[in-house]
Amino acid sequence: MARAVARGRRPVTAGRLGGLALRVVPAGFILILFIWPLGALVRRAVDTGSDVGVGELFRRTHALDLLGFTLWQAAASTVLALVVAAPMVWLIARVDIPGSALLMVIVTVPFVLPTVVVGVAFRALLDGPLAFAHIGSGLWPILLAHAFLNVAVVARVVGAAWRSLDPRQAEAAQSLGAGRVRAFLTVVAPRLMPAVGAAAALVFLFCSTSFGVIVVLGNGEIRTLETEIYTQAIGYFRIPEAVALSMVQIVVVVAALSVTRMFTDPGGGGSGARPVETRFRPYGRGWLPVAAAVAWTVVVLVGPLAVLALRSVRPGADGTWTLDGYRALSESVNGVTPLETLRYSLGTAALAMVIALVVGLLAAVAMHRSRGVWAATGNLVATIPLGISAVTLGFGYLLVLAALPPDVASSGLVIPCVQALIAIPVIMRIALPALSSVPGRLREAAATLGAGPLRVFLTVDLPLIGRALCAAGGFAFVMALGEFGATSFLARADTTTLPVLIGSALNRPGADNLATAMAASMLLVGVTTLAVVVVEALRPRTGALL
Amino acid sequence: MRAIALSLVAVVTATALAACGDDAEPGAEVTLLTHDSFALPDSVFDAFRRETGLTLKVVKSGDAGQLASTVSLTPGSPKADAVFGIDNTFASRPIQAGALEPYASPMAAGGAADYAIPGSNNELTAVDRGDVCLNVDESWYAARSEEPPKSLRDLSDPKYAAESVLLDPGTSSPGMSFLLSTIGVFSDGWQDYWKTVTAGGASIVSGWEIAYNQKFSAGEGKGDKPIVLSYASSPAATPGTSALLDSCFRQVEYVGVLKGTENPSGARKLVDFMLGAEVQAALPSAMYVYPVQKDTPLPDGWQQRAPVPPWTVSLPPAYIAQNREKWLEQWREAVGR
Repeated sequence: MARAVARGRRPVTAGRLGGLALRVVPAGFILILFIWPLGALVRRAVDTGSDVGVGELFRRTHALDLLGFTLWQAAASTVLALVVAAPMVWLIARVDIPGSALLMVIVTVPFVLPTVVVGVAFRALLDGPLAFAHIGSGLWPILLAHAFLNVAVVARVVGAAWRSLDPRQAEAAQSLGAGRVRAFLTVVAPRLMPAVGAAAALVFLFCSTSFGVIVVLGNGEIRTLETEIYTQAIGYFRIPEAVALSMVQIVVVVAALSVTRMFTDPGGGGSGARPVETRFRPYGRGWLPVAAAVAWTVVVLVGPLAVLALRSVRPGADGTWTLDGYRALSESVNGVTPLETLRYSLGTAALAMVIALVVGLLAAVAMHRSRGVWAATGNLVATIPLGISAVTLGFGYLLVLAALPPDVASSGLVIPCVQALIAIPVIMRIALPALSSVPGRLREAAATLGAGPLRVFLTVDLPLIGRALCAAGGFAFVMALGEFGATSFLARADTTTLPVLIGSALNRPGADNLATAMAASMLLVGVTTLAVVVVEALRPRTGALL
Repeated sequence: MRAIALSLVAVVTATALAACGDDAEPGAEVTLLTHDSFALPDSVFDAFRRETGLTLKVVKSGDAGQLASTVSLTPGSPKADAVFGIDNTFASRPIQAGALEPYASPMAAGGAADYAIPGSNNELTAVDRGDVCLNVDESWYAARSEEPPKSLRDLSDPKYAAESVLLDPGTSSPGMSFLLSTIGVFSDGWQDYWKTVTAGGASIVSGWEIAYNQKFSAGEGKGDKPIVLSYASSPAATPGTSALLDSCFRQVEYVGVLKGTENPSGARKLVDFMLGAEVQAALPSAMYVYPVQKDTPLPDGWQQRAPVPPWTVSLPPAYIAQNREKWLEQWREAVGR
């Protein structure tokens, strides 16, 4: 376990201020963007009043059954995602083959696709080429689609952690006679557990609040807490019921975090990291597992994307080839073209990424320094937004914004901040293991030589965790670019985000509309690819200083 | 790391500048809150600017249900000046919440007034109607020399039931409309109808895009079901199909002035404009709906392939709102979900 920096010669006030900022900024951010809107909605629910008590609300909405099923499908989806992603994580972290940067791109792309597109694509796949399996709708396709969507989370979080492990321990074990497998199981695996736990918790939460996939593939027969909250809030406009169910969702968050704790060994953490290339180049028979893992990746991830690409130029099953879908992207709707709104989406996502990186890093450092009850509480509070229904959050924002002056409510910062709120838990989970892997001795040495805490952080920690931060930043960007339900309540004038455009094109008859939806999906894939490429290109290769 | 820092600074600055740069002079705009499917050609926007001197801004906020909730949640402090796209299945929600400012448009006498909500005080003005009906792939039946169904009652025959794909009213708004159709047509016998249709092998999916684009034999996916739940207007986009005109539910979309708007006169001008010839004529091609104003010409081919249904089921919005949940539960019981 890394220890806090020993006191060197530094001005007390600056240090205090720094320590204060570490806690105050993330806490304030979450207070304003999460606690306040949620509190406003709870108050509205109480004011609206229900003719019955909370217990009756739970009974009436079948809250316990829904909770049970939500937990179960999220857990099953998580296990499946971990299994599906395992070969890809290994490829990313350990193998140096030509085009390995491309791999990082491929695993990230599914995450940005609107869930409705993934649902429709899986539906087409399972009702078409895979019809023999008879799993066109129901639980299986939901689990598969969740695994497909969340491979990115596992690959990014676990891959980043594995790359930053010091390979010398495994080498030492092998030189002492341990086989490769044994060296992995006894040396590498235990050190990866915190990252695996963090990834599992994130996937668990994403799946527990999944909406589009459940509705499209569950055929309306499968109901979770999230779909029931939507029904109560949007279908019947019953705020007390929706809020009561949202409170139950917090149980899911606590469950997810408990899972993480099971994996995590608090005494674990780094005893030294080297920001050096630790991947091997396969040769001879070593190519076999590599080829198998590559094939697996292509089948699982590229297959569905290829279906999308094909449909975008050949929308009908009977097949005329056309580029009309792509032409439609430059045609103006309501005075704005989809390409123009893409520019807006990119700007918003970039801003969200910066906010999330700053706040998430501050939170991670604060947590890294304060183990124990405070850290656990902070972790819980920062994670809850991921597990709360988009409709609930959206309603909360509407109430808060209605009470604020119009200038604030219509500010261009609102949406990026909301997107950042959702990305922060992800950034924390990538940054914390990275911080833990920074050797405490280095910090102590720097402090002994007179560096203040900020200087220590900038010169010791930051270069060592830069790689992980880049991975986190890219991920935050992709999250913001994709769809998040709560932001649809906050839309600004004359902006149609790509996910919204795709959804509305899917809801109109005719080949041209279908082609437009598929082409817009491909545009989203293209932009995501570019974003990830840029982030990968910026990744520090060595311990270059800021 | 330096490169990252610099590029981040550049991005933030650029975004901040972009965020500050798009403010036109205030007061010269009208903001319309609407659903995600709203689409009108640029010529309409230009016409609005010419006629009123105002620029029309559009804010999209989810589907029709989300739109109704958004408006009803904060009555008196609206996000926009006017709202378009609240339909008759949700209309009573914002009216009861007091989120709308009554306005009797002088244009409404041209046809829109026929769709006024019973017992209301002109809070909402009808703009278009999109009728939800069963669609039949006539080519499919012709190729097999078989008789296509003539009426929604024919789905009680297991042969036709097994050839149809319907929508879940809990997850789809046309699905809800068709449930209301069956309640209107069969009154107390509607649950038995659904039991029979389900037992006959009808498939029920969650959303229109799956039903029409994947399962329907005339849709893009060339599926294996020649009967699908869609709209009266869909045949205009899909040759060889037609709508069963005795199965239609009349879904009307309304526009209204939001209470508390800082630009009530602009909002009222917008309501009038939505009833004007420009918008009414553009509605069918842009959104696959029918104009409410009489004597508005339909696009070429619509009159033959996708005529306005002469008869539809229509239920008062307040009655729908009161019973929505009960009907959904009874429906789930009837179809065994």
